[in-house]
Amino acid sequence: METAEARLVRGLRAGDESVFAEVVDRFTPSMLRVARGYGLNMSAAEDTVQEAWLRVLGSLDRFEERSSFRTWLFVILGNCARRRATTEGRSVSLESAGSAAEPAVDDPRFFPDDHSRWAGMWTTLVASWDSIPEERLLADETRKRFRAAIDALPARYTVVFVLRDVEGWPSEDVCALLGLTPENQRILLHRARSRIRSALEEYLGGETR
Amino acid sequence: MSDESFSCRQVVELVTEYLDGGLAADRRLAFERHVAICPPCRGYFSQLRLITKTSGTLSEEDVPEHLRERILAAFRDWKAEPGKS
Repeated sequence: METAEARLVRGLRAGDESVFAEVVDRFTPSMLRVARGYGLNMSAAEDTVQEAWLRVLGSLDRFEERSSFRTWLFVILGNCARRRATTEGRSVSLESAGSAAEPAVDDPRFFPDDHSRWAGMWTTLVASWDSIPEERLLADETRKRFRAAIDALPARYTVVFVLRDVEGWPSEDVCALLGLTPENQRILLHRARSRIRSALEEYLGGETR
Repeated sequence: MSDESFSCRQVVELVTEYLDGGLAADRRLAFERHVAICPPCRGYFSQLRLITKTSGTLSEEDVPEHLRERILAAFRDWKAEPGKS
């Protein structure tokens, strides 16, 4: 049986516009975020995504179906984005991620590690988000804040976060695509999630019990 | 039973590794023991898990219309090139 991906590739090779529109709609939002993750502004990110789609079309003949379409797509996008970022003098190094320490939660939220009684424990309450109703999570305002929190991430955190959490890639695929060690990949992802958590805490934390 | 135990400050750094299944058995147990009895860490865990769960819906956003038009126009040009059907 033909896989969904093989169907897409066959449709693209046949020049089927509805198939092309389908993949553009499916992947472009994350491609824009990833391009921004290379330090590009929105306008440069849009140019880059368009360029990547054109390169995809131009090299369909060379696509080997033993690799996955989405990986191939994001490899091409990454190359385009890196080149554009270099031209603009904004090269983002993902590998430098593990160097500087950045705690997941601001230090004042914990008692000092040498505290006689509460060493390393929280100084504050932390609201559970388990009871937040789904309609509030999917509400425009929550999504707007979520998007703003992603946009505010340091560039090098964005790519890993988008591929892992927005696109749902497994860690091995992200490491392979970006040439990261599993350790560095996890650090970047954890910091990205932690920053987004902090950004949403005031808004979502306020109404939980 | 292992003697490993974590402070809250350590637990918050381990959540992604835990969710990825990357903690060795004794550390995973110590993590779970801590979260089970610590309401703020349980809250924190629920927050991070919710972020990972909700982020997926962001891939379903609409493509900005002007960009979509540009990309589809480029597709038609590509298709019109000689040698394409």
